[in-house]
Amino acid sequence: MAFLKVNHLKVYYPVRGGFFRRVIDYVRAVDDVSFELEQGETYGLVGESGCGKTTTGRTIIGLIKATAGEILLEGKDLTKLSRREFYHYRKDIQMIFQDPYSSLNPRKRVLDIIAEPLRNFEKLSPQEEKRKVQYFVEKVGLHPESIYKYPHEFSGGQRQRIGIARALTLNPKLIIADEPVSALDVSVQAQVLNFMKEIQKEFQLTYLFISHDLGIIRHMCDRIGIMYRGQFVEEGTSEEIFHDPQHIYTKRLISAIPNPNPQHRQEQVKLRQEIDKEYHNSYHQYFDAEGRVYPLKRISETHSVAIP
Amino acid sequence: MSKQPILQIENLRVSFRIHDEYYAAVDGVSLTVNENEVVAIVGESGCGKSALALSIMGLHPLERTKLEGTIAFKGKNLLPLSVPQLNQIRGKDIGMIFQDPLTALNPLMSVGRQIEESMDYHTKLSSSAKRQRTLELLKRVGIPNPEKTYDRYPHELSGGMRQRIVIAIAIACEPSLIIADEPTTALDVTIQAQIMGLLKELQQQMKTGIILITHDLGVVAEMADRVAVMYAGEIVELADVNTLFSRPLHPYTRSLLHSIPSVQTRKEKLHVIQGIVPSLQKLPRTGCRFKSRISWIDESEHEKNPILREVAPGHWVRCTCYKNFYFPQDNIGDMNYGIS
Repeated sequence: MAFLKVNHLKVYYPVRGGFFRRVIDYVRAVDDVSFELEQGETYGLVGESGCGKTTTGRTIIGLIKATAGEILLEGKDLTKLSRREFYHYRKDIQMIFQDPYSSLNPRKRVLDIIAEPLRNFEKLSPQEEKRKVQYFVEKVGLHPESIYKYPHEFSGGQRQRIGIARALTLNPKLIIADEPVSALDVSVQAQVLNFMKEIQKEFQLTYLFISHDLGIIRHMCDRIGIMYRGQFVEEGTSEEIFHDPQHIYTKRLISAIPNPNPQHRQEQVKLRQEIDKEYHNSYHQYFDAEGRVYPLKRISETHSVAIP
Repeated sequence: MSKQPILQIENLRVSFRIHDEYYAAVDGVSLTVNENEVVAIVGESGCGKSALALSIMGLHPLERTKLEGTIAFKGKNLLPLSVPQLNQIRGKDIGMIFQDPLTALNPLMSVGRQIEESMDYHTKLSSSAKRQRTLELLKRVGIPNPEKTYDRYPHELSGGMRQRIVIAIAIACEPSLIIADEPTTALDVTIQAQIMGLLKELQQQMKTGIILITHDLGVVAEMADRVAVMYAGEIVELADVNTLFSRPLHPYTRSLLHSIPSVQTRKEKLHVIQGIVPSLQKLPRTGCRFKSRISWIDESEHEKNPILREVAPGHWVRCTCYKNFYFPQDNIGDMNYGIS
């Protein structure tokens, strides 16, 4: 049994208008998405802005209500649970947010920020709480004394690590990381990514890693799902997606990554032009009349592509 | 192949006043940009790359900034110029592309009018000629339906389209120098590839010089002819793009290149540069400024007063610490720099 199984998930937002502001149409933010995560792996969700990757992540953690479909965490469907029942599962899933500047309350000390989940779920004495917070603060490489400081006293990378410490306090099983490093400089980015890999081993974490940066996805993820307009275009292992992309959209996305070798500049431009041409010529083979992709079709044990 | 220099920056110092004291954010930078050349400036945030760009445009608040040295544009020093004199040049001879196209555009003005605006100041064209030229520009930056787009407002356009409008504004008066400050950072990869292609194409058509400011080394590799790596207000390495990527010398350049995750090769672990860029007030003003971030390198490897030296034709490196530089075997210890 898969650790997390998302089945035909749909998130629709109604568009109102006309007489009595009736629902005239829907924005299909997530449209029939299914995927599975095994325990301990890192699954990457990739796509351009507006493709529904963040909505998918937020729906799994319960910040957005699913319109239809199932989210099975260890076999239990989270979408069918009442508020009270969901409470018990909430601590198993934690989130690391994109912007370390706006996701930490500037008026709270680090101690209060990191202890907040503990206070919600566990009854600890102040001493125990402090000890636990200090343990996690040290785990993320900050000085134990820094728990009495405020977020503005830290750099971007340190703040992001405070956010990670907060996510770790309840021993979650699944962490949803929504663009965790895109607000950081390259050097700090490396630090946070390395660190996320280390704690994954130590705490046996499963990551759902959401990003638009394919270099980072390649570095972090075991398996990848590519999204386009609320649907999956292609899914496979990291190797398959980067070395044997099947869908034209995936090919286009991968060819668009800047090549860090200036000597290959011409070839890269040529490759992009060729793929662009292929994209325009074979558009109707890959997209239907409404510009949507077809349902996923399995082409090997691990590799699926949206082709008719 | 003799190239005409269009911008010559000599020993530029840009200092900001913080609590009645001036601190240099750009400290003794000399850089030349020739026509038809893309010079990239890279570095972490806080290295002074944007401060350098804004000083060329004269966009720093005068009451809090001290500018020393010379910025010669086509042989004419820009620093002593008054605001009206500067207005004759910026927008006309020097164009600027900003990072975030949504904040760079006026939400209350149609995009066509915004492109015409700089022509209002710098040309004596009739309004129908201006409109004609604007439609041409829209076509040139790859906007599919220029006539329709002319009357659109920024919020009606996608991010990539908005950035194209910003580019159209920058090239409206055919400038001989374009300053592009993180032109693709706010965009998706596919759009980034299109915008990079467009900039490269326009640059080759118009023989413009471009100063490209970015922290994305992939963009540098695709766009630049020469690269200046900045650290803590100084240029630490300057070389042509092939040399910089194939034979980087300065420890900072090498660390940066090591820390990016690559699509081509998968590394188990990324290199982490110890510590952070020091803040303006805490910046060491003597000795090698990168010293504290490569603490495993012996003190004697550094110079007392490091200068930018030409080590090979066209390849400049600051300080001697690059000669025996190596990466430590394991940098797990990096996690524990704490906050001192």
